[in-house]
Amino acid sequence: MSGWLTAWLTFAAAIALLALAGALWRVWHGPAPADRMMAAQLVGTGGVAVVLLLAAANDWGMVDVALVLALLAAFAAVAFVKAESSGGRGDPEEESADD
Amino acid sequence: MTEPLTAMLVGLGLVFFLAGTLGLIRLPDTFSRLHALTKADNLGLGFIVLGLALQADDWNVLGKLVLIWAFALIAAGTSAQLVARSALRRKSTPSERQAP
Repeated sequence: MSGWLTAWLTFAAAIALLALAGALWRVWHGPAPADRMMAAQLVGTGGVAVVLLLAAANDWGMVDVALVLALLAAFAAVAFVKAESSGGRGDPEEESADD
Repeated sequence: MTEPLTAMLVGLGLVFFLAGTLGLIRLPDTFSRLHALTKADNLGLGFIVLGLALQADDWNVLGKLVLIWAFALIAAGTSAQLVARSALRRKSTPSERQAP
């Protein structure tokens, strides 16, 4: 891995962090809870991208960190949906049938 | 030889990533934001993973990279559906919905 590529990957990771900053703005501003959840999901995916870029630049062992982060981001979305629905079961279609 | 290619692919992935974030900020409606976020986001991650895969020095790192991308794709697809469904349910109160 030549020097300039490592520098470029680290710079790319910094830019991906910029994307995360945009997502955090949406978390703060987002009118609907769904917007905030989407932004949290972008933070998860953005985090995976940043960790992957740094893994390539420095040490490949960090790929596992990105794997775990991707896993947790998925569960955050599921937790949000289950918390949203009144019964906590999380299947809005079946709930809307009886109300 | 592969290094310029990696740099280009990572750059392309970043462009899609920033496009997704810009879409998340600028788009007016929840569902259009969700649309922009899920599409551009995964495409960006896919290109970044593709670029980095060229630099992977042994097989299990390559395998993990592909695993991460496949998992992120599936996770984003399903969670986008879930979030959209819960957002839809919140908006359309029973009175607004047409008779079934």
